[in-house]
Amino acid sequence: MRTPVDAGLDPRGERASAGQDLFAPSAWERWKGVKEKVARLVFLGMTLALVLPVVVIVGYLIFRAWPVLSLSFLLENPRNYMTAGGIWAPLVGTFCLVFFSLLVAAPIGILAGVYLNEYARDNWLTRIINLAVMNLAGVPSIVHGLFGVGAFVMFAHMGRSVLAAACTLAVMSLPVIITSTREALGAVPMAFREACWNVGASRWQTVRTIVLPNSISGMLTGVIFEVSRAAGETAPILFTGAVFFAPVPDHGWASLFPYGPGDRCMALSMHLFTLATQVRDAPESIQYGTAVVLMGLILAVNGLSIGLRTYLRSRKRW
Amino acid sequence: MDAHIRFNQVSVRYGARPALGDLSLEIPKNEVFGIIGPANSGKTTLLKCINRTIDFVSSARVTGHVLVGGEDVYRIRNVCSLRRRVGMVFPLPVGLPLSVYENVAYAPRRAGVYGRRELDALVETCLRQAMLWDEVKDRLRMLGTRLSGGQQQRLTLARALSHRPEILCLDEFSIAIDPVTTMKIEDILRELKQQMTIVLVTNLVQQARRLADRTAFLSGGRLIEVDQTEKLFEHPAERLTERYVNGDFG
Repeated sequence: MRTPVDAGLDPRGERASAGQDLFAPSAWERWKGVKEKVARLVFLGMTLALVLPVVVIVGYLIFRAWPVLSLSFLLENPRNYMTAGGIWAPLVGTFCLVFFSLLVAAPIGILAGVYLNEYARDNWLTRIINLAVMNLAGVPSIVHGLFGVGAFVMFAHMGRSVLAAACTLAVMSLPVIITSTREALGAVPMAFREACWNVGASRWQTVRTIVLPNSISGMLTGVIFEVSRAAGETAPILFTGAVFFAPVPDHGWASLFPYGPGDRCMALSMHLFTLATQVRDAPESIQYGTAVVLMGLILAVNGLSIGLRTYLRSRKRW
Repeated sequence: MDAHIRFNQVSVRYGARPALGDLSLEIPKNEVFGIIGPANSGKTTLLKCINRTIDFVSSARVTGHVLVGGEDVYRIRNVCSLRRRVGMVFPLPVGLPLSVYENVAYAPRRAGVYGRRELDALVETCLRQAMLWDEVKDRLRMLGTRLSGGQQQRLTLARALSHRPEILCLDEFSIAIDPVTTMKIEDILRELKQQMTIVLVTNLVQQARRLADRTAFLSGGRLIEVDQTEKLFEHPAERLTERYVNGDFG
Protein backbone atom coordinates (compact mmCIF):
# COMPACT_ATOMS: atom_id res chain seq x y z
CA MET A 1 0.00 0.00 0.00
CA ARG A 2 1.28 3.44 -0.85
CA THR A 3 1.33 5.83 2.07
CA PRO A 4 0.82 9.57 1.50
CA VAL A 5 4.53 10.12 2.18
CA ASP A 6 5.96 7.86 -0.46
CA ALA A 7 3.37 9.07 -2.90
CA GLY A 8 4.79 12.57 -2.38
CA LEU A 9 1.56 13.78 -0.85
CA ASP A 10 1.37 16.04 2.18
CA PRO A 11 -1.48 15.59 4.68
CA ARG A 12 -3.68 18.01 2.74
CA GLY A 13 -3.41 15.74 -0.24
CA GLU A 14 -1.59 18.23 -2.48
CA ARG A 15 0.87 16.51 -4.68
CA ALA A 16 4.40 17.88 -4.42
CA SER A 17 6.14 18.28 -7.73
CA ALA A 18 8.98 15.95 -8.51
CA GLY A 19 12.69 16.40 -7.84
CA GLN A 20 14.12 18.89 -5.37
CA ASP A 21 10.75 20.58 -4.95
CA LEU A 22 9.77 17.61 -2.87
CA PHE A 23 11.09 19.41 0.19
CA ALA A 24 9.73 22.88 -0.63
CA PRO A 25 7.20 23.85 2.04
CA SER A 26 3.60 23.46 1.05
CA ALA A 27 0.90 25.91 2.09
CA TRP A 28 0.04 23.60 4.94
CA GLU A 29 3.58 23.63 6.26
CA ARG A 30 3.91 27.41 5.95
CA TRP A 31 0.73 27.83 7.99
CA LYS A 32 2.15 25.37 10.52
CA GLY A 33 5.27 27.53 10.75
CA VAL A 34 3.21 30.66 11.41
CA LYS A 35 1.30 28.94 14.22
CA GLU A 36 4.56 27.72 15.68
CA LYS A 37 5.93 31.29 15.82
CA VAL A 38 2.75 32.70 17.37
CA ALA A 39 2.70 30.00 20.05
CA ARG A 40 6.33 30.62 20.90
CA LEU A 41 5.76 34.39 21.19
CA VAL A 42 2.72 33.95 23.45
CA PHE A 43 4.63 31.65 25.82
CA LEU A 44 7.64 33.96 25.82
CA GLY A 45 5.41 36.95 26.56
CA MET A 46 3.80 35.21 29.53
CA THR A 47 7.20 34.28 30.91
CA LEU A 48 8.38 37.88 30.63
CA ALA A 49 5.18 39.08 32.30
CA LEU A 50 6.07 36.77 35.16
CA VAL A 51 9.63 37.96 35.55
CA LEU A 52 8.98 41.67 35.13
CA PRO A 53 7.28 42.36 38.50
CA VAL A 54 10.06 40.56 40.35
CA VAL A 55 12.71 42.66 38.64
CA VAL A 56 10.76 45.88 39.27
CA ILE A 57 10.14 45.10 42.95
CA VAL A 58 13.71 44.08 43.69
CA GLY A 59 15.09 47.03 41.72
CA TYR A 60 12.84 49.53 43.48
CA LEU A 61 13.66 48.12 46.93
CA ILE A 62 17.38 48.28 46.30
CA PHE A 63 17.06 51.82 44.88
CA ARG A 64 15.23 53.07 47.98
CA ALA A 65 17.44 51.20 50.40
CA TRP A 66 20.69 52.23 48.78
CA PRO A 67 21.67 54.94 51.33
CA VAL A 68 21.75 52.53 54.30
CA LEU A 69 23.10 49.38 52.67
CA SER A 70 26.50 48.63 54.14
CA LEU A 71 28.18 45.96 56.19
CA SER A 72 27.65 47.94 59.39
CA PHE A 73 23.91 48.01 58.67
CA LEU A 74 23.99 44.24 58.95
CA LEU A 75 26.27 44.07 61.96
CA GLU A 76 24.89 46.78 64.27
CA ASN A 77 21.94 46.78 66.61
CA PRO A 78 19.05 49.15 66.04
CA ARG A 79 19.51 52.41 67.98
CA ASN A 80 17.41 55.43 69.03
CA TYR A 81 14.11 53.58 69.14
CA MET A 82 14.96 51.86 65.87
CA THR A 83 15.33 55.10 63.95
CA ALA A 84 19.04 54.53 63.43
CA GLY A 85 21.63 51.77 63.46
CA GLY A 86 21.39 48.40 61.77
CA ILE A 87 19.52 45.14 61.93
CA TRP A 88 21.93 42.74 63.66
CA ALA A 89 19.51 41.61 66.38
CA PRO A 90 16.62 40.72 64.03
CA LEU A 91 19.01 39.12 61.57
CA VAL A 92 20.48 36.67 64.07
CA GLY A 93 17.00 36.23 65.55
CA THR A 94 15.74 35.00 62.18
CA PHE A 95 18.71 32.66 61.85
CA CYS A 96 18.05 31.28 65.34
CA LEU A 97 14.36 30.71 64.70
CA VAL A 98 14.97 28.97 61.40
CA PHE A 99 17.76 26.84 62.85
CA PHE A 100 15.70 25.60 65.79
CA SER A 101 12.60 25.06 63.68
CA LEU A 102 14.63 22.96 61.24
CA LEU A 103 16.07 20.99 64.11
CA VAL A 104 12.51 20.00 65.03
CA ALA A 105 10.82 19.81 61.65
CA ALA A 106 13.45 18.23 59.37
CA PRO A 107 13.89 14.89 61.19
CA ILE A 108 10.18 14.45 61.87
CA GLY A 109 9.16 15.52 58.38
CA ILE A 110 11.71 13.42 56.54
CA LEU A 111 11.18 10.28 58.60
CA ALA A 112 7.40 10.63 58.32
CA GLY A 113 7.75 11.12 54.57
CA VAL A 114 9.88 7.99 54.30
CA TYR A 115 7.34 6.01 56.27
CA LEU A 116 4.40 7.24 54.23
CA ASN A 117 6.10 6.61 50.91
CA GLU A 118 8.07 3.43 51.58
CA TYR A 119 6.24 1.51 54.27
CA ALA A 120 2.63 2.58 54.60
CA ARG A 121 0.10 0.55 52.71
CA ASP A 122 -2.75 2.25 50.96
CA ASN A 123 -5.47 1.97 53.58
CA TRP A 124 -7.89 4.28 55.36
CA LEU A 125 -5.35 5.32 58.01
CA THR A 126 -2.79 6.38 55.39
CA ARG A 127 -5.47 8.24 53.50
CA ILE A 128 -6.52 10.12 56.61
CA ILE A 129 -2.90 11.02 57.33
CA ASN A 130 -2.43 12.24 53.77
CA LEU A 131 -5.57 14.32 54.03
CA ALA A 132 -4.35 15.77 57.34
CA VAL A 133 -0.98 16.65 55.85
CA MET A 134 -2.61 18.36 52.89
CA ASN A 135 -4.98 20.32 55.11
CA LEU A 136 -2.18 21.31 57.45
CA ALA A 137 -0.39 22.84 54.47
CA GLY A 138 -3.45 24.96 53.74
CA VAL A 139 -3.89 26.38 57.23
CA PRO A 140 -3.28 30.16 57.29
CA SER A 141 -0.12 31.14 59.11
CA ILE A 142 -1.94 33.29 61.67
CA VAL A 143 -3.89 30.20 62.75
CA HIS A 144 -0.58 28.42 63.22
CA GLY A 145 0.49 31.36 65.35
CA LEU A 146 -2.55 31.08 67.61
CA PHE A 147 -2.10 27.32 67.80
CA GLY A 148 1.50 27.94 68.87
CA VAL A 149 0.32 30.22 71.68
CA GLY A 150 -2.06 27.58 72.94
CA ALA A 151 0.12 24.51 72.47
CA PHE A 152 3.68 25.64 73.08
CA VAL A 153 3.58 28.95 74.97
CA MET A 154 0.81 27.99 77.38
CA PHE A 155 0.19 24.25 77.42
CA ALA A 156 3.84 23.18 77.16
CA HIS A 157 4.94 26.04 79.43
CA MET A 158 7.61 27.20 77.04
CA GLY A 159 6.56 30.79 77.50
CA ARG A 160 7.14 33.28 74.72
CA SER A 161 10.53 32.11 73.61
CA VAL A 162 12.69 31.20 70.66
CA LEU A 163 11.78 27.58 71.32
CA ALA A 164 8.04 28.16 71.21
CA ALA A 165 8.31 30.26 68.07
CA ALA A 166 10.58 27.72 66.42
CA CYS A 167 8.19 24.87 67.27
CA THR A 168 5.33 26.86 65.76
CA LEU A 169 7.35 27.42 62.61
CA ALA A 170 8.20 23.73 62.61
CA VAL A 171 4.53 22.72 62.71
CA MET A 172 3.94 25.05 59.81
CA SER A 173 6.86 23.60 57.86
CA LEU A 174 6.08 19.93 58.48
CA PRO A 175 3.52 19.34 55.73
CA VAL A 176 5.75 20.97 53.14
CA ILE A 177 8.77 18.94 54.19
CA ILE A 178 6.72 15.74 54.24
CA THR A 179 5.33 16.45 50.79
CA SER A 180 8.68 17.33 49.25
CA THR A 181 10.27 14.25 50.85
CA ARG A 182 7.58 12.06 49.36
CA GLU A 183 8.03 13.66 45.97
CA ALA A 184 11.76 13.07 46.13
CA LEU A 185 11.25 9.43 47.11
CA GLY A 186 8.57 8.99 44.48
CA ALA A 187 11.04 10.10 41.79
CA VAL A 188 13.07 6.94 42.41
CA PRO A 189 11.62 4.38 39.98
CA MET A 190 9.59 1.59 41.54
CA ALA A 191 11.54 -0.89 39.40
CA PHE A 192 14.67 -0.29 41.51
CA ARG A 193 12.83 -1.21 44.68
CA GLU A 194 11.33 -4.31 43.12
CA ALA A 195 14.72 -5.38 41.80
CA CYS A 196 16.10 -5.13 45.34
CA TRP A 197 13.19 -6.97 46.92
CA ASN A 198 13.54 -9.64 44.25
CA VAL A 199 17.01 -10.56 45.46
CA GLY A 200 15.91 -10.72 49.06
CA ALA A 201 16.69 -7.22 50.34
CA SER A 202 14.42 -6.02 53.13
CA ARG A 203 12.54 -2.76 52.88
CA TRP A 204 14.99 -0.97 55.13
CA GLN A 205 17.98 -2.30 53.18
CA THR A 206 16.37 -1.10 49.98
CA VAL A 207 15.62 2.31 51.43
CA ARG A 208 19.12 2.69 52.85
CA THR A 209 21.10 1.45 49.87
CA ILE A 210 19.08 2.56 46.86
CA VAL A 211 16.20 4.89 47.65
CA LEU A 212 17.78 7.36 50.07
CA PRO A 213 21.08 7.88 48.22
CA ASN A 214 19.12 8.70 45.08
CA SER A 215 16.54 10.99 46.63
CA ILE A 216 18.51 12.85 49.27
CA SER A 217 19.05 15.76 46.86
CA GLY A 218 15.34 16.25 46.36
CA MET A 219 14.74 16.11 50.08
CA LEU A 220 17.43 18.70 50.78
CA THR A 221 15.93 20.95 48.14
CA GLY A 222 12.56 20.73 49.84
CA VAL A 223 14.03 21.44 53.25
CA ILE A 224 15.99 24.44 52.00
CA PHE A 225 12.94 25.90 50.27
CA GLU A 226 11.16 25.52 53.55
CA VAL A 227 13.92 27.49 55.28
CA SER A 228 13.26 30.45 53.03
CA ARG A 229 9.55 30.28 53.75
CA ALA A 230 10.03 30.03 57.50
CA ALA A 231 12.44 32.97 57.43
CA GLY A 232 9.84 35.20 55.85
CA GLU A 233 6.88 34.34 58.07
CA THR A 234 5.64 36.85 60.63
CA ALA A 235 2.31 35.59 61.91
CA PRO A 236 3.45 32.33 63.54
CA ILE A 237 6.14 34.07 65.59
CA LEU A 238 4.16 37.20 66.37
CA PHE A 239 2.64 35.89 69.61
CA THR A 240 4.98 33.03 70.34
CA GLY A 241 8.45 34.46 70.76
CA ALA A 242 9.28 37.45 68.63
CA VAL A 243 9.42 40.87 70.23
CA PHE A 244 9.70 44.45 68.99
CA PHE A 245 13.03 45.13 70.55
CA ALA A 246 15.59 42.93 72.25
CA PRO A 247 19.12 44.09 71.58
CA VAL A 248 21.91 41.53 71.60
CA PRO A 249 25.68 41.82 71.78
CA ASP A 250 26.80 43.04 68.38
CA HIS A 251 30.51 42.60 68.66
CA GLY A 252 32.91 40.04 70.05
CA TRP A 253 32.33 36.33 70.48
CA ALA A 254 29.10 36.82 72.37
CA SER A 255 27.48 38.21 69.23
CA LEU A 256 27.66 34.83 67.53
CA PHE A 257 25.40 33.02 69.98
CA PRO A 258 23.10 35.77 71.19
CA TYR A 259 19.89 33.86 71.84
CA GLY A 260 19.26 30.79 73.96
CA PRO A 261 16.17 28.66 73.38
CA GLY A 262 14.39 30.32 76.30
CA ASP A 263 14.97 33.94 75.27
CA ARG A 264 12.66 36.15 73.28
CA CYS A 265 14.13 37.38 70.07
CA MET A 266 13.75 39.81 67.24
CA ALA A 267 13.19 38.63 63.69
CA LEU A 268 13.59 40.34 60.34
CA SER A 269 10.01 39.94 59.20
CA MET A 270 8.72 41.12 62.55
CA HIS A 271 11.21 44.00 62.55
CA LEU A 272 9.96 45.14 59.18
CA PHE A 273 6.39 45.04 60.42
CA THR A 274 7.38 47.05 63.50
CA LEU A 275 9.29 49.65 61.51
CA ALA A 276 6.45 50.10 59.08
CA THR A 277 3.58 50.33 61.55
CA GLN A 278 4.82 51.06 65.08
CA VAL A 279 7.77 53.41 64.83
CA ARG A 280 6.72 56.99 64.11
CA ASP A 281 9.76 58.49 62.45
CA ALA A 282 11.83 55.55 61.22
CA PRO A 283 13.71 56.63 58.11
CA GLU A 284 12.27 54.92 55.07
CA SER A 285 15.67 53.78 53.93
CA ILE A 286 15.98 51.57 57.03
CA GLN A 287 12.65 49.96 56.26
CA TYR A 288 13.64 49.35 52.68
CA GLY A 289 17.05 48.14 53.83
CA THR A 290 15.43 45.56 56.10
CA ALA A 291 13.21 44.43 53.25
CA VAL A 292 16.19 44.12 50.94
CA VAL A 293 18.12 42.03 53.46
CA LEU A 294 15.13 39.76 54.07
CA MET A 295 14.53 39.28 50.36
CA GLY A 296 18.23 38.84 49.69
CA LEU A 297 18.36 36.19 52.36
CA ILE A 298 15.43 34.31 50.85
CA LEU A 299 16.74 34.63 47.30
CA ALA A 300 20.16 33.41 48.43
CA VAL A 301 18.68 30.39 50.17
CA ASN A 302 16.49 29.57 47.17
CA GLY A 303 19.45 30.05 44.89
CA LEU A 304 21.45 27.64 47.00
CA SER A 305 18.64 25.14 46.78
CA ILE A 306 18.34 25.47 43.01
CA GLY A 307 22.11 25.24 42.61
CA LEU A 308 22.23 22.12 44.74
CA ARG A 309 19.46 20.56 42.73
CA THR A 310 21.14 21.33 39.45
CA TYR A 311 24.43 19.92 40.69
CA LEU A 312 22.88 16.73 41.99
CA ARG A 313 20.72 16.30 38.93
CA SER A 314 23.83 16.39 36.78
CA ARG A 315 25.05 13.41 38.77
CA LYS A 316 21.83 11.51 38.28
CA ARG A 317 22.61 7.90 37.81
CA TRP A 318 19.97 6.53 35.54
CA MET B 1 7.56 -37.45 43.04
CA ASP B 2 9.65 -35.06 45.06
CA ALA B 3 8.36 -31.71 43.83
CA HIS B 4 10.58 -28.71 44.30
CA ILE B 5 7.82 -26.30 43.40
CA ARG B 6 4.22 -27.30 43.68
CA PHE B 7 1.18 -25.30 42.64
CA ASN B 8 -1.96 -26.52 44.28
CA GLN B 9 -5.16 -25.11 42.77
CA VAL B 10 -3.70 -21.64 42.49
CA SER B 11 -5.91 -18.84 41.26
CA VAL B 12 -4.89 -15.20 40.92
CA ARG B 13 -7.12 -12.22 40.28
CA TYR B 14 -6.06 -8.66 39.59
CA GLY B 15 -9.03 -6.80 40.99
CA ALA B 16 -11.95 -8.29 39.11
CA ARG B 17 -9.84 -9.65 36.27
CA PRO B 18 -8.81 -13.30 36.63
CA ALA B 19 -5.21 -13.96 35.61
CA LEU B 20 -4.70 -17.56 36.64
CA GLY B 21 -7.45 -20.09 37.14
CA ASP B 22 -7.20 -23.13 39.34
CA LEU B 23 -3.75 -24.17 38.28
CA SER B 24 -2.02 -27.25 39.66
CA LEU B 25 1.51 -28.12 38.68
CA GLU B 26 4.59 -29.87 40.03
CA ILE B 27 8.14 -29.08 39.12
CA PRO B 28 10.74 -31.57 40.36
CA LYS B 29 14.22 -30.65 41.48
CA ASN B 30 16.88 -29.91 38.85
CA GLU B 31 14.41 -29.77 36.01
CA VAL B 32 14.29 -27.14 33.33
CA PHE B 33 10.63 -26.39 33.13
CA GLY B 34 9.43 -24.40 30.12
CA ILE B 35 6.30 -22.32 30.13
CA ILE B 36 4.92 -21.12 26.83
CA GLY B 37 1.70 -19.42 25.86
CA PRO B 38 0.31 -16.35 24.12
CA ALA B 39 0.31 -12.88 25.67
CA ASN B 40 -1.83 -12.41 28.73
CA SER B 41 -1.98 -16.09 29.53
CA GLY B 42 -0.64 -15.78 33.08
CA LYS B 43 2.97 -16.87 32.55
CA THR B 44 4.55 -14.02 34.46
CA THR B 45 1.89 -14.15 37.15
CA LEU B 46 2.78 -17.78 37.70
CA LEU B 47 6.43 -16.91 38.23
CA LYS B 48 5.58 -14.07 40.58
CA CYS B 49 3.70 -16.47 42.82
CA ILE B 50 6.83 -18.52 43.43
CA ASN B 51 8.78 -15.84 45.27
CA ARG B 52 5.75 -13.78 46.22
CA THR B 53 6.71 -10.78 44.15
CA ILE B 54 3.01 -10.85 43.33
CA ASP B 55 2.67 -9.09 46.71
CA PHE B 56 3.91 -5.88 45.08
CA VAL B 57 0.78 -5.73 42.98
CA SER B 58 -1.69 -4.36 45.48
CA SER B 59 -4.76 -5.46 43.55
CA ALA B 60 -3.63 -9.09 43.23
CA ARG B 61 -5.47 -11.76 45.21
CA VAL B 62 -3.95 -15.22 45.39
CA THR B 63 -5.87 -18.31 46.46
CA GLY B 64 -4.64 -21.87 46.66
CA HIS B 65 -1.19 -22.99 47.74
CA VAL B 66 2.26 -22.52 46.28
CA LEU B 67 4.84 -24.75 47.91
CA VAL B 68 8.56 -24.30 47.55
CA GLY B 69 10.57 -27.19 48.95
CA GLY B 70 7.42 -28.41 50.65
CA GLU B 71 6.78 -25.10 52.42
CA ASP B 72 3.76 -22.94 51.72
CA VAL B 73 5.19 -19.60 50.58
CA TYR B 74 2.47 -17.69 52.40
CA ARG B 75 3.45 -19.40 55.66
CA ILE B 76 7.07 -18.30 55.35
CA ARG B 77 7.63 -15.56 57.90
CA ASN B 78 10.76 -14.10 56.40
CA VAL B 79 9.89 -13.42 52.80
CA CYS B 80 13.45 -12.18 52.17
CA SER B 81 14.82 -15.66 52.79
CA LEU B 82 12.31 -17.06 50.31
CA ARG B 83 13.34 -14.51 47.70
CA ARG B 84 16.99 -15.32 48.25
CA ARG B 85 16.21 -18.92 47.37
CA VAL B 86 14.63 -17.85 44.08
CA GLY B 87 16.51 -15.99 41.35
CA MET B 88 14.23 -13.86 39.18
CA VAL B 89 14.94 -12.31 35.81
CA PHE B 90 12.18 -10.17 34.37
CA PRO B 91 11.97 -9.11 30.72
CA LEU B 92 12.68 -5.42 31.34
CA PRO B 93 16.24 -5.21 32.59
CA VAL B 94 16.73 -3.08 35.68
CA GLY B 95 20.28 -2.03 36.39
CA LEU B 96 20.44 -0.61 39.88
CA PRO B 97 22.02 2.87 40.05
CA LEU B 98 25.23 1.34 41.36
CA SER B 99 28.46 0.22 39.75
CA VAL B 100 28.49 -3.00 37.73
CA TYR B 101 30.37 -4.68 40.57
CA GLU B 102 27.94 -3.46 43.23
CA ASN B 103 24.99 -4.52 41.11
CA VAL B 104 26.12 -8.11 41.34
CA ALA B 105 27.48 -7.83 44.89
CA TYR B 106 24.24 -6.24 46.05
CA ALA B 107 22.36 -9.36 47.05
CA PRO B 108 25.28 -11.14 48.79
CA ARG B 109 26.03 -7.98 50.77
CA ARG B 110 22.43 -7.75 51.90
CA ALA B 111 22.68 -11.36 53.01
CA GLY B 112 25.72 -10.58 55.12
CA VAL B 113 28.64 -11.49 52.84
CA TYR B 114 31.27 -8.80 53.30
CA GLY B 115 34.60 -10.52 52.64
CA ARG B 116 36.35 -8.75 49.79
CA ARG B 117 37.88 -11.85 48.27
CA GLU B 118 34.68 -13.83 48.56
CA LEU B 119 32.69 -11.06 46.88
CA ASP B 120 35.27 -10.64 44.11
CA ALA B 121 35.11 -14.33 43.29
CA LEU B 122 31.33 -14.38 43.42
CA VAL B 123 30.97 -11.34 41.17
CA GLU B 124 33.33 -12.84 38.61
CA THR B 125 31.57 -16.21 38.62
CA CYS B 126 28.14 -14.68 38.20
CA LEU B 127 29.23 -12.30 35.47
CA ARG B 128 30.88 -15.17 33.64
CA GLN B 129 27.75 -17.27 33.94
CA ALA B 130 25.75 -14.40 32.46
CA MET B 131 28.30 -14.08 29.60
CA LEU B 132 29.02 -10.51 30.60
CA TRP B 133 32.44 -10.81 32.24
CA ASP B 134 34.55 -10.25 29.13
CA GLU B 135 32.63 -7.10 28.24
CA VAL B 136 32.76 -5.45 31.65
CA LYS B 137 35.83 -6.84 33.39
CA ASP B 138 37.76 -3.62 32.77
CA ARG B 139 34.97 -1.31 33.89
CA LEU B 140 33.47 -2.90 36.95
CA ARG B 141 33.36 0.56 38.56
CA MET B 142 31.14 1.95 35.82
CA LEU B 143 27.49 2.60 36.55
CA GLY B 144 25.36 -0.43 35.73
CA THR B 145 22.69 1.85 34.30
CA ARG B 146 25.13 3.01 31.60
CA LEU B 147 25.35 -0.44 30.05
CA SER B 148 23.39 -1.18 26.89
CA GLY B 149 20.00 -2.85 27.09
CA GLY B 150 21.30 -6.32 26.34
CA GLN B 151 24.16 -5.94 28.76
CA GLN B 152 21.81 -4.80 31.49
CA GLN B 153 19.69 -7.83 30.79
CA ARG B 154 22.70 -10.06 31.40
CA LEU B 155 23.54 -7.97 34.45
CA THR B 156 20.12 -8.80 35.90
CA LEU B 157 20.83 -12.44 35.17
CA ALA B 158 24.14 -12.18 37.00
CA ARG B 159 22.37 -10.50 39.91
CA ALA B 160 19.75 -13.23 40.02
CA LEU B 161 22.54 -15.81 40.25
CA SER B 162 24.49 -13.84 42.83
CA HIS B 163 22.54 -15.03 45.83
CA ARG B 164 23.06 -18.69 44.89
CA PRO B 165 19.39 -19.49 44.37
CA GLU B 166 18.04 -23.02 44.29
CA ILE B 167 15.37 -21.97 41.80
CA LEU B 168 16.01 -19.74 38.80
CA CYS B 169 13.02 -18.12 37.14
CA LEU B 170 13.66 -16.60 33.74
CA ASP B 171 10.95 -14.50 32.18
CA GLU B 172 11.86 -13.71 28.58
CA PHE B 173 15.49 -13.35 29.55
CA SER B 174 16.72 -13.22 25.97
CA ILE B 175 14.56 -10.60 24.26
CA ALA B 176 17.29 -7.95 24.33
CA ILE B 177 20.22 -10.32 23.85
CA ASP B 178 21.72 -11.24 20.48
CA PRO B 179 21.28 -14.83 19.25
CA VAL B 180 24.92 -15.84 19.66
CA THR B 181 25.08 -14.75 23.29
CA THR B 182 21.68 -16.29 23.88
CA MET B 183 23.01 -19.65 22.70
CA LYS B 184 25.98 -19.35 25.04
CA ILE B 185 23.71 -18.54 27.98
CA GLU B 186 21.53 -21.49 27.08
CA ASP B 187 24.59 -23.73 27.29
CA ILE B 188 25.30 -22.35 30.74
CA LEU B 189 21.72 -22.93 31.80
CA ARG B 190 22.13 -26.58 30.87
CA GLU B 191 25.09 -26.73 33.24
CA LEU B 192 23.31 -24.79 35.99
CA LYS B 193 20.57 -27.37 35.88
CA GLN B 194 22.83 -29.60 37.98
CA GLN B 195 22.62 -27.07 40.80
CA MET B 196 19.16 -25.59 40.51
CA THR B 197 15.66 -25.90 39.20
CA ILE B 198 15.02 -23.60 36.28
CA VAL B 199 11.65 -22.22 35.28
CA LEU B 200 11.82 -20.73 31.83
CA VAL B 201 9.04 -18.53 30.53
CA THR B 202 9.52 -17.77 26.89
CA ASN B 203 7.78 -16.50 23.81
CA LEU B 204 10.38 -18.20 21.69
CA VAL B 205 8.74 -21.57 21.36
CA GLN B 206 11.92 -23.07 19.96
CA GLN B 207 13.87 -21.94 23.02
CA ALA B 208 11.60 -23.98 25.25
CA ARG B 209 12.02 -26.89 22.87
CA ARG B 210 15.81 -26.61 23.02
CA LEU B 211 16.11 -26.24 26.77
CA ALA B 212 13.15 -27.58 28.66
CA ASP B 213 12.77 -31.09 30.01
CA ARG B 214 9.08 -30.58 30.35
CA THR B 215 6.94 -27.78 29.02
CA ALA B 216 3.60 -26.34 30.03
CA PHE B 217 1.28 -24.54 27.68
CA LEU B 218 -0.85 -21.81 29.20
CA SER B 219 -3.65 -19.93 27.53
CA GLY B 220 -6.06 -17.44 29.02
CA GLY B 221 -4.86 -18.13 32.54
CA ARG B 222 -5.48 -21.86 32.28
CA LEU B 223 -3.05 -24.71 32.08
CA ILE B 224 -3.93 -26.37 28.80
CA GLU B 225 -1.31 -29.05 28.74
CA VAL B 226 1.92 -30.09 30.43
CA ASP B 227 4.15 -32.88 29.21
CA GLN B 228 7.64 -33.94 28.24
CA THR B 229 8.85 -31.24 25.87
CA GLU B 230 9.37 -33.65 22.99
CA LYS B 231 5.91 -35.05 23.34
CA LEU B 232 4.26 -31.66 23.74
CA PHE B 233 5.83 -30.45 20.53
CA GLU B 234 5.51 -33.62 18.49
CA HIS B 235 2.23 -35.07 19.66
CA PRO B 236 0.30 -32.53 21.68
CA ALA B 237 -2.84 -33.86 23.26
CA GLU B 238 -4.75 -30.66 22.79
CA ARG B 239 -5.69 -29.05 19.50
CA LEU B 240 -4.93 -25.57 20.96
CA THR B 241 -1.38 -26.59 21.88
CA GLU B 242 -0.77 -27.97 18.45
CA ARG B 243 -1.91 -24.77 16.78
CA TYR B 244 0.28 -22.66 19.10
CA VAL B 245 3.51 -24.63 18.75
CA ASN B 246 3.05 -24.72 15.00
CA GLY B 247 2.56 -20.97 14.94
CA ASP B 248 -1.02 -21.00 13.75
CA PHE B 249 -2.09 -18.49 16.34
CA GLY B 250 -0.29 -16.43 18.90
